Amino acid sequence: MDAIRLVEAGQLKKDRQGFVPGDTVRVHVKVIEGEKERTQVFEGIVIRKRGEGGRASFTVRRISYGVGVERTFPLHSPRIEKIDVVRHGKVRRSKLYYLRSLAGKAARLKEKRAVAVPTSGTAEPE
Amino acid sequence: MARKEGLIGRKVGMTQVFGDDGSHVPVTVIQAGPCTVTAVRTKATDGYDALQLGFEAKKKNVTKPMQGHFKKLGVGAVGVVRELRLDKKAAESLGNYTVGQNIGVDIFTPGELVDVVGVTKGKGFQGGVKRHNWKGGEATHGSMFHRAPGSIGASSDPSRVWPGHKLPGRMGGDRRTVLNISVVRVLSEQNLVLVRGAVPGANGSLVVVRKSVKTTKVTQKGADRK
Repeated sequence: MDAIRLVEAGQLKKDRQGFVPGDTVRVHVKVIEGEKERTQVFEGIVIRKRGEGGRASFTVRRISYGVGVERTFPLHSPRIEKIDVVRHGKVRRSKLYYLRSLAGKAARLKEKRAVAVPTSGTAEPE
Repeated sequence: MARKEGLIGRKVGMTQVFGDDGSHVPVTVIQAGPCTVTAVRTKATDGYDALQLGFEAKKKNVTKPMQGHFKKLGVGAVGVVRELRLDKKAAESLGNYTVGQNIGVDIFTPGELVDVVGVTKGKGFQGGVKRHNWKGGEATHGSMFHRAPGSIGASSDPSRVWPGHKLPGRMGGDRRTVLNISVVRVLSEQNLVLVRGAVPGANGSLVVVRKSVKTTKVTQKGADRK
């Protein structure tokens, strides 16, 4: 498997860490419209992180005009310019699928207090 | 019979890399070469044109006769030897090869089309549904015909089953070739070739990567578009 790690290592981006499920993030995505390229921001709650190495991805959920929208991004995608963490949510599991069945006030997460920003991208154990 | 030069290698496994536009490209990582030329067969001397390659140095359990054989050639003992038949056009380059020479992944360039030969994963004794893509019968509604072979021919005439009739049996473990898959990346320092998509065989199994024998303008164009 070492050869595979080596192949993937070349594409890993170092700035793609420091957020865990429950966090609200702003993902700056490069979109190509015709000839032009511009940056689009997708803000929402990270409900899942999965995979490892170059195959890792994460899913962001937001409510857009009353409709739940989820976007899954490859963690190390060159199309992502940067990921800003807006807020650390307090959650007790690594996959927040339960948020899908909640709406409005119930779908809020409490903010994590006085906790250092996690340095590695490891998800909390269930 | 169009045949081209290539390399012996081992399938490492699959992963994905990002394309220039940020798209995912599924790739198989192949540890290919370096291969030692153990013989150069030419029409004049052997009746056919081929390049015999050795792969993976072997230190233990080299038999005396093989030790002598490799010593005579002046190359180190290798564990795997394969001959790659060459067609007339490819055979013209045979003069460039000498016994004992090492060939590496540099013979491939990204974007080029290659063929990969391997032995598929053994599946054991399998029924017709899996082995021959039969449809099988209904699972419920009183059906008593689920995955059985069904009729295998007529009755008293011919009173036998036609040869080659498709039936359950051993599946997999066959030599298979995937044609025209493109080289995505070549890592010459690590002797790795990344080809697009899947190749036959389990991880760690032997494969032969050779220059494509059926490349046309159309196939090359299709590969470039991807």
